[in-house]
Amino acid sequence: MGMTITEKILAEHAGLKEVVAGQLINARLDLVFANDITGPLAIKEFKKIGVTSVFDQSKVLMIPDHFAPAKDIPSAQQCLEIKRFAAEQELVHYYEVGRCGIEHCFIPEQGLVVPGDVVIGADSHTCTYGALGAFSTGVGSTDLAVGMARGEIWFRVPESIKIILHGKPKNRWVSGKDYILAIIGKIGVDGAQYKTMEFAGEAIDDLSVAARLTMTNMAIEAGAKNGIIAPDEKTISYVKERAQKAWRIYQSDDDAVYERIVEIDVTDLQPQVAFPHLPSNTKPVSEATDVKIDQAVIGSCTNGRWEDLLEAAEIMKGHKVHPEVRAIVIPGTQDIYLRAVKEGLMETFIEAGAVVSTPTCGPCLGGYMGILAKGERAVSTTNRNFVGRMGHPQSEVYLSGPAVAAASAILGRIGTPEEVAQCKY
Amino acid sequence: MQVLKGHVWKVGQDVDTDLIIAARYLNQSDPTYLAKHCLEDIFPKLNEKIKKGDILVAGKNFGCGSSREHAPLAIKHAGFSCVVAENYARIFYRNAINIGLPVIVSPETVKMTAAGDRLEVDLIKGIIRNITTEQTYQSETLPPFMMEILEKGGLIPYVSEKVKADV
Repeated sequence: MGMTITEKILAEHAGLKEVVAGQLINARLDLVFANDITGPLAIKEFKKIGVTSVFDQSKVLMIPDHFAPAKDIPSAQQCLEIKRFAAEQELVHYYEVGRCGIEHCFIPEQGLVVPGDVVIGADSHTCTYGALGAFSTGVGSTDLAVGMARGEIWFRVPESIKIILHGKPKNRWVSGKDYILAIIGKIGVDGAQYKTMEFAGEAIDDLSVAARLTMTNMAIEAGAKNGIIAPDEKTISYVKERAQKAWRIYQSDDDAVYERIVEIDVTDLQPQVAFPHLPSNTKPVSEATDVKIDQAVIGSCTNGRWEDLLEAAEIMKGHKVHPEVRAIVIPGTQDIYLRAVKEGLMETFIEAGAVVSTPTCGPCLGGYMGILAKGERAVSTTNRNFVGRMGHPQSEVYLSGPAVAAASAILGRIGTPEEVAQCKY
Repeated sequence: MQVLKGHVWKVGQDVDTDLIIAARYLNQSDPTYLAKHCLEDIFPKLNEKIKKGDILVAGKNFGCGSSREHAPLAIKHAGFSCVVAENYARIFYRNAINIGLPVIVSPETVKMTAAGDRLEVDLIKGIIRNITTEQTYQSETLPPFMMEILEKGGLIPYVSEKVKADV
């Protein structure tokens, strides 16, 4: 019987010839990592297991990014805990503030994850790396502790849902974020609960690796265990430039078993906006243009990559951020930040009246660097719009791609780049 | 721990981990601190009103969102003895078992139970009795290895026994 990419990767890492959906397996881990929020708890649990060292110092990674650079004293303590643990354990991959960025932007950028890997991270958006043809999934701190100690973890092999996107969008601003929001809007926040979302089709083939990472990043917002995209020429050229280890390409068999197939034609798809308070409350942007905003955030592990910043800058160039709006741009990594400086994007953002932050998860999860007051509204390229996600429980987050977020910053309400082009300021 | 009794606190569907414990409290991981802020945007001052052993009853997709283990920890240390839900988001479910918080799947109980009802949950048999309405429901029982993790008090005690056995 044929297998999916996910099944093939899991079988190989469990030392089995084949696996089927529903099977319980123990899989070998290629990368195990945590951040400043989940790391301290994982370290506390790790110390109770009874082992003295991690299973492999080159496969366990710690990264301060959520509340780093530390936003307050308790956050500083948490950052210090992961730093100390990395030093005690002599971890190869510990990255201090200034040499890293947001984990799910940084880890693939540095070639620390490659096609065919099995990765767990104590962060729900670890599913991002499926865009490179790896199996990666978010876990809690206790699972992570066991992964650090044993180098393996149990999984139930997930059923796969194949999502095929047909066509080429007529609207040039429609990209990965709009696709994934449209999919979540269609299947719901639990539409892929416990399952694999395997993305395929012409529209996926046409996406950049960055836009594919945006899509798999949000697989968790449909409840999925992982999102995955078959590697192609674009994947290989992305990986070749940066891989720190050997990779292995898997493709799904023609007779692989899917629990369900979802097909969407993107030809006439408009940019999407997810209204509060669930990522599944999606509407085309044309139905959101009366929503006034107080803040626009461009960044995060979902849309903090070079291509996202470039798109935002193209729209904002020569315009001014609306007088009543704060625009906050957050490059995903130091490399992206530096390139944005060198290629003039920073000048565009600052001249427009936006602030540019150091890489951090910051406002996405209501940490800092752009918290909303009671009653305030933000349009944001982040991934969640839950109650209180970006600040006060009575604030609101509207999710969009970078084009709509940048346009909205100028317009003072949710809107499109075409409207900005008509704008005199 | 096999038979749990308590009054019901009821929440709706898709209750996410930000609602269970908001990120503004994630600059610390002390369970007692987290417990003070458990579900506070739904039940203000829950920690002053809850009685140890109370049971949280929730709709579908409970615990969706973040991987923060702070969420089940906050629920456990707030005093809830278990959660009964229509179903769970996967990371939350796994985290709850791993830290020794029983999570039961029973859509029927969720449908037929009101806030304030008194429930009795038999984890081994999977039987849930609503003492207030005198109704009984059968839930799915946990796979044996998950039950063993819960009986040992969580994944760490379970794994450390295996580590000792390896040595």
